Amino acid sequence: MDGYYAFMLVATALVLMMTVPALALFYGGMSRSKSVLNMMMMSYIAAAIVGILYVAVGWSMGFGGDAESGGTFFADPTALLWLDTVTTDSYVFVMFQMTFAIITVALISGAVADRMKFSAWVLFVPLWALLCYFPMAHMVFSCTADSLICGRIGAQDYAGGTAVHINAGVAALVLVLLLGKRVGWPREQMRPHNLTLTMLGAGLLWFGWYGFNVGSIVFTGATDEENIAQFFSETGRTFANTTLATMAAILGWLLIERLLHGKATSLGAASGIVAGLVAITPAAGAVDIEGAVAIGLIAGAVCAWAVSLKYKLGYDDSLDVVGVHLVGGIVGTVLIGVFSTADGAGGVDGLLYGGGAGSLGDQALGVLVAIVFSGVITAIIGLAIKFTLGLRIAEEDEVEGIDFVEHGETAYDLHSGMGGGGGGGKTGVLGTQPVTSEGAHA
Amino acid sequence: MKLVTAVIKPHKWEDVREALETFGVTGMTVSEVSGYGRQKGHTEVYRGAEYDIALVPKIRIEIVVDDDDADDIVGIVVKTAQTGRIGDGKVWVSPVETVIRVRTGDKDEAAL
Repeated sequence: MDGYYAFMLVATALVLMMTVPALALFYGGMSRSKSVLNMMMMSYIAAAIVGILYVAVGWSMGFGGDAESGGTFFADPTALLWLDTVTTDSYVFVMFQMTFAIITVALISGAVADRMKFSAWVLFVPLWALLCYFPMAHMVFSCTADSLICGRIGAQDYAGGTAVHINAGVAALVLVLLLGKRVGWPREQMRPHNLTLTMLGAGLLWFGWYGFNVGSIVFTGATDEENIAQFFSETGRTFANTTLATMAAILGWLLIERLLHGKATSLGAASGIVAGLVAITPAAGAVDIEGAVAIGLIAGAVCAWAVSLKYKLGYDDSLDVVGVHLVGGIVGTVLIGVFSTADGAGGVDGLLYGGGAGSLGDQALGVLVAIVFSGVITAIIGLAIKFTLGLRIAEEDEVEGIDFVEHGETAYDLHSGMGGGGGGGKTGVLGTQPVTSEGAHA
Repeated sequence: MKLVTAVIKPHKWEDVREALETFGVTGMTVSEVSGYGRQKGHTEVYRGAEYDIALVPKIRIEIVVDDDDADDIVGIVVKTAQTGRIGDGKVWVSPVETVIRVRTGDKDEAAL
C-alpha cells in the first residue's frame, strides 16, 4: 500500500489548495473590486482557524469512537484530543480530513460578500466547524453502526455531498437570511469585477478535486491484496467520474444559459465546473461513467437555473453558494439512488438499474437530515453572534468598501500608470474613493 | 487661445495622437472617462442576471492652442476619430483667458 500512502500525501496538499488559493480566487473574482481582499481573507483565515481546531478536537469528534459505537451525532471529543494516542503514520489521514473541514467552512463565505464583520466571521468559523461540521463529518464519513447518515440511514456519500456541500449551502442560506441584503441589492449593479481570477480559481478547484474525490477511498478488503486490487479499480472509477461529470456540467450549464439568456458565458463555464464537481462528489464511487455524465449534465443545467432563484425569492446569496453547492449537492446525492450500480462502491443498484426505490429513499432521507441539522445549528450560531457581537458592518462602511474598512487595504492601485500619481482608494493624493454607480472607479 | 476638448472612442486614441503629433502638437492632457450619449450603454448577463451598463468608456483629450490652430486641430480629430457609427464622440472649442507655464512663469502664447 506504499503507493496509496504516497498518493494521500499529494491528495491532502491538493485539497488544501482548493481553499488556498483556488476557492479564494473563484470567489474573489466574482466579488466587487472594493471587497475582493475581504472575500479572499475569509478563505485564508478559515484555513488557519479550522486547521488548528481540527487537530485539537475535530479528528476526535469525527473519528474518536471505536468502530462499533462512535455515537449518533459525534464521537468522543476528548478521546483523541490533540491527536493523543494517534501515531504519526496516521497523521496524513488527519490532515486529509482537516482539509475537508477547512473548505466546507470557507465555501460559506461566498454568500456573505461585502457586508459581514470580519470579527463576526472569525467567531463564526470555529463555532460552526465545532458544532456543525465536525458532527456532520462523523455522521457521514465515520460510518460506524451508530453514525446517523452513513450507519443508521445508510445513505451513500463518497466524498461529501451532504457533509460538505449541502452542509455549507444550507449554512450559507441561513446566514444570508440573518445578515440581510447588501445595500442596494438587487437594484444596484454588483457584477463580478475580474472573471479571469474566477476562471483560474475554477480550474484550480477542478485540479484539486482529484485529491478530494479520489483520495476519499475507504478500503473494505480483508487482506492487503484485496485492498490493492480495490485501490486500482476504484481510483480509476472515481478519477474518470470526477472528470466526465465536470465536463458534462460545463455543457449543461452553457446550454441552459444559451437557451435562457442568449449567450454562453465564461462565468457559466466556471460555474458549470464547480456544479459538476459538487454533484459528482457524493456519487464518484457509486456510478459508472454513463451515470457520471448524466449527473454532470443534470447538475449543470439545474444549477444554471437555480442561481436565478435568489432574485425570485429575495435572498442575497451573493456568489450563489445556495444555487451551486446546496442544489448541486442535493442533485448528486439524490441521483445516486437513480444511477448507482451494484459494482460501485456502495454495492447497490439504483432505480434505473432495477434496484428499486430503496436506495433513492435512503439518499433523500440523508439529504433531509443534513439540511435540518445544518439549518438548526447554523441558525443558533448565527443568532447568537447577531445579538452579541453583531454580524454586519455599518451601512456607510459597506458602501465605502469592506476591504479598506476591515483590513485597511485596497486591492488595486489603478492610477499609478497614468502620470505616476497616487494610489487607488483612500490612499490616493486626492483621497478619491468609489462613488459611481459602477461600484469602483477604474 | 483656445481649449480644444475631444471625447473619442478609446480604440481611436493612438490614431488621433499620431495625427496631432504629425501636425505639430507637442503636448496634451488625456484622461479615461465614461459617459453616454446617443450610443447609450449595453446589457451584460452574469449567471442569468442582466446588468445595464449605462456608462461607455471614452478618452478625453484636452489641448490649449493658438487661435489660428484651433480649426485645423478640430479637423484632424474629427477626421481620424470618425468611424461613422453612433458613439464616435464630440469635439468642442472654448476660449481661454490666460495660460501660465508653471516652471518659468511664462504667460499666454509664450507658455504654449
